[in-house]
Amino acid sequence: MTESIDPRVVAIEDRLANVERVIAVTGSKGGIGKTVVASLLALTLADRGRSVGLFDLDFTSPTDHVVLGSVGGFPTETFGIDPVSVAGIDMMSIAFLSGRAATPLRGGDATNALLELLAVTNWGSQDLLLLDMPPGLGDTSLDVLRYVPRVEFLLVATASRLVVDSVRRAAALLTELDAPILGVVENLQRRAGGVVHDLADEFGLDSLGAVPFDESLEVALGDVRALRDTDAYAAVTQIGEESVGRPPST
Amino acid sequence: MHELALAEAVVKTAVRAANDAGIDRIDRIVIAVGALQQIEPELFRYSLTSVLATADPRVAGVAFDVRTVDVAFGCRSCGTTFGRSELEEVGDETALEAIHLVPELAHAYVRCPQCGSPDFEITQGRGVTLERIEGEGGTSDD
Repeated sequence: MTESIDPRVVAIEDRLANVERVIAVTGSKGGIGKTVVASLLALTLADRGRSVGLFDLDFTSPTDHVVLGSVGGFPTETFGIDPVSVAGIDMMSIAFLSGRAATPLRGGDATNALLELLAVTNWGSQDLLLLDMPPGLGDTSLDVLRYVPRVEFLLVATASRLVVDSVRRAAALLTELDAPILGVVENLQRRAGGVVHDLADEFGLDSLGAVPFDESLEVALGDVRALRDTDAYAAVTQIGEESVGRPPST
Repeated sequence: MHELALAEAVVKTAVRAANDAGIDRIDRIVIAVGALQQIEPELFRYSLTSVLATADPRVAGVAFDVRTVDVAFGCRSCGTTFGRSELEEVGDETALEAIHLVPELAHAYVRCPQCGSPDFEITQGRGVTLERIEGEGGTSDD
């Protein structure tokens, strides 16, 4: 040993050993709906009998629990800590620990929080674990690439040239690093075709589908029964069944 | 009790480090436990012993040396150094439990006593680290 060793890194492999697939929902630009796509994806897959975990990695602005209407619940300490069950989904969020308190974390602190929660959260057996990524290609993205084994990426983009320019950088980096990319989901779609489709073509990625701009969604946030009646849920369900939720190829 | 998970991680990490260092039998593991994580050393020793039953045989007779490292924060805004008393001032049990599970949540509840900033560095005493292993076939430390 040339320096002190962080034991959490070894523990992560064990914690994820019985998780079939880990999918990071990312898109690098803020405000494009990664959280809604990740949360609805978890909800629709759980509704269809899949065992699903959802881990909110936006440590400074966690909101998956808001989308799914979690009324709180402090994780239970067992051999580690157990995720909180929300609408059939095993969820972990720093918000379960911090409540409504602000969590101002610099990059190194976010890395430590990620390692800590990865090392002690009992995900158990899951068909899928969805990671709701924060915006940008900063510490958390690099940490997920470094520490989460077998991670695949699902890119979310909207038909804004600003978003596409940003997501293109993410796609280029992931391609350069040979990180598996499931494909691209167009969110907040108002008309078919356009720049997101072009982006998928540019990188040879699958267009996994589109989630329409849905005015009813804002009202439905926090109410899973209302969420299930939205066009967004229907679109994400199709994406889940056709692309994300299918068993991994063997 | 999430200490068990941390204890298991420590033992597995020690075995891995022993492999790297050519140590065939581990006699002693030295562990630093940061006071910020509020882990009782005796409880942690118990957790470490508990996980040995299912651990690699090379750690069967190991002794654990658990030392506590006091917590220290350094304010990035005004440079003030502070620590234990500010953590004790948090008071709220739920907040302390949150910090116990994720020490970085100190940033949600602790403030610099001089300027009130949440922008401080945890300069020591954060969490659990493996500092040294000793055993047959070699000694490994920093």
